[in-house]
Amino acid sequence: MADTTKAGEPTDATPNVSGVQVVEAESEEQAVAALDEPVERGEPILQVRNLVKHFPLTQGILIKRQVGAVKAVDGISFDLYQGETLGIVGESGCGKSTVAKLLMNLERATAGEIFYKGQDITKLSGRALKAVRRNIQMIFQDPYTSLNPRMTVGDIIGEPFDIHPEVAPKGDRRRRVQELLDVVGLNPEYINRYPHQFSGGQRQRIGIARGLALNPEVIICDEPVSALDVSVQAQVINLMERLQDEFNLSYIFIAHDLSIVRHISDRVGVMYLGRMAEIGTDEQIYEHPTHPYTQALLSAVPVPDPDAREHRERIILTGDVPSPANPPSGCRFRTRCWKAQDKCAEETPLLAIPERFKSSDSPAAHESACHFAEEKDVVHAA
Amino acid sequence: MTIIDPTDAVPAPRSGDGDKTGPLLEVRDLHVEFKTREGVVRAVNGVNYSVDSGETLAVLGESGSGKSVTAQAIMGILDMPPASIPKGEIRFYGQDMLKMSGEERRKLRGARIAMIFQDALSSLNPVLSVGFQLGEMFRVHQGLSRKEAKAKAIELMDRVKIPAAAARVNDYPHQFSGGMRQRIMIAMALALEPDLIIADEPTTALDVTVQAQVMDLLAELQREYRMGLILITHDLGVVADVADKIAVMYAGRIVETAPVHELYKRPAHPYTRGLLDSIPRLDLKGQDLYAIKGLPPNLLKVPSGCAFNPRCERAQDICRTDLPPLVPVTERDGTELPGRASACHFWKETIHG
Repeated sequence: MADTTKAGEPTDATPNVSGVQVVEAESEEQAVAALDEPVERGEPILQVRNLVKHFPLTQGILIKRQVGAVKAVDGISFDLYQGETLGIVGESGCGKSTVAKLLMNLERATAGEIFYKGQDITKLSGRALKAVRRNIQMIFQDPYTSLNPRMTVGDIIGEPFDIHPEVAPKGDRRRRVQELLDVVGLNPEYINRYPHQFSGGQRQRIGIARGLALNPEVIICDEPVSALDVSVQAQVINLMERLQDEFNLSYIFIAHDLSIVRHISDRVGVMYLGRMAEIGTDEQIYEHPTHPYTQALLSAVPVPDPDAREHRERIILTGDVPSPANPPSGCRFRTRCWKAQDKCAEETPLLAIPERFKSSDSPAAHESACHFAEEKDVVHAA
Repeated sequence: MTIIDPTDAVPAPRSGDGDKTGPLLEVRDLHVEFKTREGVVRAVNGVNYSVDSGETLAVLGESGSGKSVTAQAIMGILDMPPASIPKGEIRFYGQDMLKMSGEERRKLRGARIAMIFQDALSSLNPVLSVGFQLGEMFRVHQGLSRKEAKAKAIELMDRVKIPAAAARVNDYPHQFSGGMRQRIMIAMALALEPDLIIADEPTTALDVTVQAQVMDLLAELQREYRMGLILITHDLGVVADVADKIAVMYAGRIVETAPVHELYKRPAHPYTRGLLDSIPRLDLKGQDLYAIKGLPPNLLKVPSGCAFNPRCERAQDICRTDLPPLVPVTERDGTELPGRASACHFWKETIHG
């Protein structure tokens, strides 16, 4: 594996990078055809390897000089398996939304690869890219700004068919849109209404219907319920879980609400300042976290149980997240970490199963990027 | 800018525990309406609650439940018109603030009752330095000079643990992170050591790690100054962490009040129960989430009877016709449960079975 980032700064250790079956398509036709191949349940559908996105910082008006870069995403790797939900959590500014944009190919990656069914989509363009995009759709955070107020619901949900007419023939579209409205629990007669006639929860359902229009295989949800009221949140989460079973979808669920992520996810990745700090199944992350950042994050979440407040140990981090334009050397979390030692400033910890847990079967044996990984249950009252 | 003369302080003195007439703040049968083109929106329909010194009351509700409007009425910062207060009393140390003159209320606002807003970035003036904005409290209310006010501002920034306060006092709001801005908002509310602080969703815009820092700070300062705190929020987790008692609002009314431990253990209103069941838990992984069906009501046409009846599983005919009053909740054998009340015709069934 080649070092894609700066020399001397090792990238994250990549699990089974050799396992990626790169499809060397002879022609574009073949490449497009390969996308229609079904993926077995439990096989990786999306494989991300050392993904990097740096936004250049420039100075000067006419002659722009690059003076630095905001390292929004700095070498992350993960797999998304068919039919599963991968939750990605982290504080604002950790790069989780940039990851979503990179996966959608809305931003071009600075380095690294994203394999969708074995094809590197960061290198695609034109017809092949269009075909891939049909299969990866997105649900946005804000149901108020992500729907065009001048378009009817029918036009909004039907718009993807204008770009991919092969999915629904022209005469069939109205019926398809009504079907979609029904699937997401809205009255099909609302097809001629405008977004302002709906509540926040209903608008989010419209956004979900639009995401489903092209029968995608992967849906990337960027904070899909954080703008909704508590009682409506549960409705939308339940809807998303039902649709996943019904249409065999794989979700990447990006959120800052750790309780919701635990509820919906099969696996969870914790991001900090452009890197993956820890990744594992929901039980491994929530019950047996080994990275100090995960532990602090989990302990800070208020639990809706007043009896727990006396017993729970709270780890209150000091300070704020450092700027991604000038991240700390070595481990990025060391400036706020209570375990930090000299080694943390010199050596970047790799995302791998910590040495001490390697031989054990315990749930603590999952990938964690910390030199001093240690298991600690912070969720339950002591 | 007018300097408010601090010498003739309005109601009862802050340390006068002896002549205290009732709780620190008492809201009685408060009604607030807004006149809009579509009709009259009754945002608050008869709210009653009280807070004592050193006590934390959490007002819990979804958007449109009237929790923020009640707070704005207490602060006296409602835009009137379109808003109006047709009925009700807001008693601060026993004196009805709604009967006071504008000038009298101005002396209370900031000095005795202060508010922390949700969005610190839009609540701070972007073209004035934070030191100037903090100092304004001292210049206006206490008539201090600019220099003295700035010294006080630095002291305050230290109190809310902003690092290098002296160096940052001339910085502008955009130069601070979200958590730091919220600390400045807290500092501003604390400046004149008020008796009561109203915090409207103080941590909603913040990340969890920063939220924990800010809530800790607020609790610490509240203990130190023995202030009353009204915490307005929709987050059941935050409430469980800090509140002493809770008032749950729905469609402009209080539907349940209870001490914090009691509410989570045994809710006495179907809405509260539904809310508690619909939040995913960090420490438990369940199956399907319970979802309250339907949507919060449009305040222009609140359902007749109990406003929650179209979404309620227990709803009977009586719920669609008769508005349930907020009645005290008792044990099965009639033993009183202090501080508990529910506005449901079937509270007995909800709490006991």
